[in-house]
Amino acid sequence: MTLDPSRRPGAETVTAPPAAAEAGPVDPFGLGVGWTAVSPRLQVLRRSVLLGLMVLLALVGVGLIVAPGPGTLAGLGILALTVAVTAAAGGWVLIGRNYLSWGYAERDEDLLIVRGWLFRNLVVVPYGRMQFVDVNAGPLERRFGIASIQLHTAAAASDARIPGLPPDEAARLRDTLARLGEARSAGL
Amino acid sequence: MLNASDGAMTAVPDRPEVPGGVTAARLHPLTPFARGWAAMIAATVVIGQDALRDADLLQLFAILVAVTAVGLLAGAFTWWFTRYVVEGDDLRVDTGFVFRKTRHIRLSRLQAVDVVQPLVGRLLGLAELRLEVAGGGGAEGRLAYLSEGVARRLRAELLARAAGVNPDTPEAPERLLVRVPFTAVLGSVLLAMWFPVMLAAVVPLVVLAFALSEPALVAVAFPVGIAFATVAWRQIEGAFDFTVAESPDGLRLRHGLLARRSQTVPPGRVQALRVTEPYLWRWRNWVRVQVNVAGYAGSGEAAQAATAVLLPVAPRSVALAVIGRILPGVALDEVPLVPAPPAAARARPLWWRGLAAGADDRVFVARRGLITRQLDVVPHGKTQSVRLVQGPWQRRLGLASVYLDTTRGPVQAEVAHRGAGEARELTRAQAERARAGRAGAGPERWMTAPAEPGPTSAFGGTGEPGPDAG
Repeated sequence: MTLDPSRRPGAETVTAPPAAAEAGPVDPFGLGVGWTAVSPRLQVLRRSVLLGLMVLLALVGVGLIVAPGPGTLAGLGILALTVAVTAAAGGWVLIGRNYLSWGYAERDEDLLIVRGWLFRNLVVVPYGRMQFVDVNAGPLERRFGIASIQLHTAAAASDARIPGLPPDEAARLRDTLARLGEARSAGL
Repeated sequence: MLNASDGAMTAVPDRPEVPGGVTAARLHPLTPFARGWAAMIAATVVIGQDALRDADLLQLFAILVAVTAVGLLAGAFTWWFTRYVVEGDDLRVDTGFVFRKTRHIRLSRLQAVDVVQPLVGRLLGLAELRLEVAGGGGAEGRLAYLSEGVARRLRAELLARAAGVNPDTPEAPERLLVRVPFTAVLGSVLLAMWFPVMLAAVVPLVVLAFALSEPALVAVAFPVGIAFATVAWRQIEGAFDFTVAESPDGLRLRHGLLARRSQTVPPGRVQALRVTEPYLWRWRNWVRVQVNVAGYAGSGEAAQAATAVLLPVAPRSVALAVIGRILPGVALDEVPLVPAPPAAARARPLWWRGLAAGADDRVFVARRGLITRQLDVVPHGKTQSVRLVQGPWQRRLGLASVYLDTTRGPVQAEVAHRGAGEARELTRAQAERARAGRAGAGPERWMTAPAEPGPTSAFGGTGEPGPDAG
């Protein structure tokens, strides 16, 4: 194992209670593979967006409460405020859990991507089946210094995504996948 | 769309010459009429509503002539600027005058070739040629309309090029495998699940209407009856005179009552199979076989239902024999199936008993359903990706589900609610089997494969009589 701090070796079997997800998502299905985690900036990005939206909603709520008018407006304001606070708290935790659950592993013949905390998903995509590899970075993602990779195979259901990759890692992964995909390319 | 070769828009010369002096050809001159006749009649009716109301035939005729002239003129303009030519490995289609568009269709990636003749086409002797290529979203390569002879010759040439043989090879001979008789089609519609349900809904209403002398009740039953009649008609129309033949080009499926369709699916292009056995069909031992073919799923549910059917209804033994031609050396009934563990009962009560899955060295088989039994078959080499999914309730029960992804189509192989360890093992094993399957797959140009001894070569026939659907 390298000393790469972004790697989180571990072996968590599927029967372990969800609370153990805090230690790292890695190997949630117990495949015995070393997973690479995505950049923590993904978490920061998502939480920032969440906080921004909830602060806005809270301000609207406060505005409704303070404004003179019928009682229903104040009621709506309280509702908005409650929603904002609960969504912020709940979303904060969920985003953290979801971030921890993302991982990918490059094997000899295929790429494994694992995601999801409530609904765990593992997809095995053979290199020879990859048709396109896109690297996308929206304005917010660029701000936070991350990018996401999108894979396309002939099956619509297995269009796999890896968000929150540092740009150089995204580029490296895309080049590797393109090269391996070409080398092992299998006809349809 | 951009010209595929250099990524920039280039002007297409008036009479494109390609090496060898082959000029691009145009579609049949009757194309504008054949494509637009319905729209022209509709436009006439809309514009001439007053004339219809007053039964002014002269005015109506004048409007019809005017609309037809305008329609034909517009259509002729498009027709003049649409050309196609076969260039080596590609079929090139140029369209458009203001916005030039060139589409290159890689023949080595050909998934299926269909010749479709709608009713007006049959009357005029025209046919539409449809090419399905991998990744197609429908209407990928559509040449509408050509004359019947040209369409057939072009199809033969395209398939020959896709197979890797001399393009001047005449149309491959075919051997009839199955012809579905009309009694079977009719019986299959009457025995489909919804028909008794409809009867149970409509008949009491009608009886009540007569008993209580309340004609309004019939008005309620009427739309229900119409809706079901539409569904029945569509099924009968699509499955009329369904024949399956095999040839070196692949499987030839012909069907249709009004619009006659002739599909050719080259060897190795069938991605997955589904054998369905509705409850009422078991009395006659009938099954339906559907397939995933890349490109067929593009145009939405209705089109998919029409094109993705290999056998609309046939006795089980006949269906297995046809499947045996597609997957030589595979005995579906002998693949060992492992049922779902009893713990699955809490995730899918009652129906968990119908779940089973297993694999041999050629295919993966997943079975589900108790009332309508369904068998999904995926050859290992056709597996695109494998997914392992576990929801919170499954985690609680220690279960997980595995999905084998293939190209878009009616078949989605699912192994639901296995023990977590078993699901993990299944994923690992299937990824390995898929790798072996890919390595052992034939080339895309199927005729260039070295001849193999044994039962692997499925096409060409040895003179044995084909089975008949009875």
